[in-house]
Amino acid sequence: MSEFKVAPANASAGVKLLTWVDNRFPATKLWKEHLSEYYAPKNFNFWYFFGSLALLVLVIQIVTGIFLVMHYKPDATLAFASVEYIMRDVPWGWLVRYMHSTGASAFFIVVYLHMFRGFMYGSYRKPRELVWIFGCAIFLCLMGEAFMGYLLPWGQMSYWGAQVIVNLFSAIPFVGPELSLMIRGDYVVSDATLNRFFSFHVIAIPLILLGLVVAHIIALHEVGSNNPDGVEIKADKDDKGIPRDGIPFHPYYSVHDLMGVAGFLILFSAVVFFWPEGGGYFLESNNFIPADSLKTPPHIAPVWYFTPFYSMLRATTDDMLVWLRLIVLVAAVLAIVKGKFGGLGKAVIAIGAALLLVGIGALKFTGIPALSGCDAKFWGVCVMGGSVLILFFMPWLDKSPVKSIRYRPDWHKAVYAVFVVTFLILGWLGIQPPDPLKTAIAQVGTLLYFGFFLLMPWWSQQGTFKAVPARVTFHAH
Amino acid sequence: MKKDTLMKRFIASILVALSFCGAASAQEGGPAWDKFPTERLTDQAALQHGAKLFVNYCLNCHQAAYMRYNRMHQIGLSDDQIKSNLLFAGEKVGDLMKTSLAPQDAKAFFGTVPPDLSVITRSRSGANGSGADYLYTYLRSFYRDETRPTGWNNHVFPNVGMPNVLWELQGTQRAVFEDEKGEGGEVEHVFKGFKMETPGTRSAAEYDSDVADLVAYLQWMSEPEQNFRVKLGVAVLIFLGIFWLFCWRLNAAYWKDVK
Repeated sequence: MSEFKVAPANASAGVKLLTWVDNRFPATKLWKEHLSEYYAPKNFNFWYFFGSLALLVLVIQIVTGIFLVMHYKPDATLAFASVEYIMRDVPWGWLVRYMHSTGASAFFIVVYLHMFRGFMYGSYRKPRELVWIFGCAIFLCLMGEAFMGYLLPWGQMSYWGAQVIVNLFSAIPFVGPELSLMIRGDYVVSDATLNRFFSFHVIAIPLILLGLVVAHIIALHEVGSNNPDGVEIKADKDDKGIPRDGIPFHPYYSVHDLMGVAGFLILFSAVVFFWPEGGGYFLESNNFIPADSLKTPPHIAPVWYFTPFYSMLRATTDDMLVWLRLIVLVAAVLAIVKGKFGGLGKAVIAIGAALLLVGIGALKFTGIPALSGCDAKFWGVCVMGGSVLILFFMPWLDKSPVKSIRYRPDWHKAVYAVFVVTFLILGWLGIQPPDPLKTAIAQVGTLLYFGFFLLMPWWSQQGTFKAVPARVTFHAH
Repeated sequence: MKKDTLMKRFIASILVALSFCGAASAQEGGPAWDKFPTERLTDQAALQHGAKLFVNYCLNCHQAAYMRYNRMHQIGLSDDQIKSNLLFAGEKVGDLMKTSLAPQDAKAFFGTVPPDLSVITRSRSGANGSGADYLYTYLRSFYRDETRPTGWNNHVFPNVGMPNVLWELQGTQRAVFEDEKGEGGEVEHVFKGFKMETPGTRSAAEYDSDVADLVAYLQWMSEPEQNFRVKLGVAVLIFLGIFWLFCWRLNAAYWKDVK
């Protein structure tokens, strides 16, 4: 415990109060560590707005959510009507509801951009692995939060979207059917499902989410922020121990982020007030029809922010498994022949690949049930899950000698561009009803998506890297 | 007065722009939809006329169970006007717009329970246009078809359960189909338009105008705050624009010392 401080006798009441608090709670210490004496690199660019904006959207969602829960009824017979009650009879309810529904989409836009910033500048690299992992966990929670929240309006798309996604769990061998039954609490999506999703959406996941956000920020402030040059500013400190390229977060970045907040609110309000349905992507037209367990809509598509992953799920057909077998086989042979592994490593790879091949159905032709492997639906679920979980491994997949895209070979930028375009195309395909051509494109997209990550240990080392400067590049405003 | 009309035009044009935004829905294919005249959304006389048509022709079988009668204050009707013109069965002005038709009876009469109309326009948007476009087309596309239980069919909603309740106004029309050879040589039943059989009490143009008013009311009812929302949005954006300017200069004032 630190020493007990005493305020000077002639100090103001405010100073006396703060001293009293500081002797019992590290108020001033926290303020300094996280704001007034947290030194952030001075060369942040546009991409660095999205972290604080994600926090802003989180606050918007929590505050509007609190007010929605006051009027919403988590009951299958009342839920749809209670949403319309909020839209009509609750004073300003329409605004609160539109802020919350738009906020969900805004959250994903902001978080995708925030993650892409990390991709570009290598913000996940040592020593920021935990910052990144906490961030990926936040993203995972956010997906769960959005998925469960989407059931609550109890429209047709809410209902059937939940039905489709929960059914996916039944593809897991042995425990699948029981697991999906446990998630639903019933044999179909019903009142029981609505109640538990409400509980998860309103209490369980937000609690985890808040904890992870705190962990994300504490980890970040421990190691310090990265920057567009990927230069460690802590490597060059002045005689007071302050990084020469750092500036106090408050006031410099607090006023900077305030400008970002204002800009974001302009776009956000434009959607809330003029375009709340977001072209049918933020609020789907089918969701204005109350849930009906007897009428399946002709086309069920998840909300836009899930569609890249949903595309990859749908792309995993039996045809795709044939290609996957080939890829696994070639990858295993290459790893054993060309890879620098010891005898044990090679044996592990050989056995792992053999098991995987059997799992994907390489021995299906034998007709022996025990050797026929799992069906495409199960692998589709694995591919979809894997497409999110693979993000956690970024810090160890990237072997490039520099962090930032600025000092990588120019063609690396093309690799990133292909990745982004692939992600967008997969997203678009996930909204469309499937047809053979679209499925084929989605399959190529899926291979490109996974290729980007799984081949990263190789491609990220290739090419001629530029010299990283000792100090950040900064031009005074 | 002039400013008022400008504002109305502005709101109407924004609502028009927004009404095209239903591309994500699956209501694709089928006949093209006519464009609903969106300027009616800000025309109080049209909305009031639409409300009258709605209560007289729609509310007997359908309901709008999320909507209260006294919401119509917002389209310029007083409690007394609502009471004397729109309430026929002893409802109170604060009541929800419910029907007395029991669901099981409706099912027996029409083969299906008529959907609630509170948010019907929002639920019907699709690749062919907005939900209002759909309803504007749908309500003008009924034709006589003796093969159907009700004697009516609809061009944009084939084999619909609902008869043409507005037939007295519109008159009765028949659909003209011609057999044409398709690309593969197969005979296709191609729709060639409607032919009026018995004229109604309203001319074709008057009937289109009536339907436009009715759809305007349905569109308004789907989100009674929509006109206010757009007005408030303009004010909010102006405020945020000024706020951004201050933030921008504040930021510049702090950062000018950072070298």
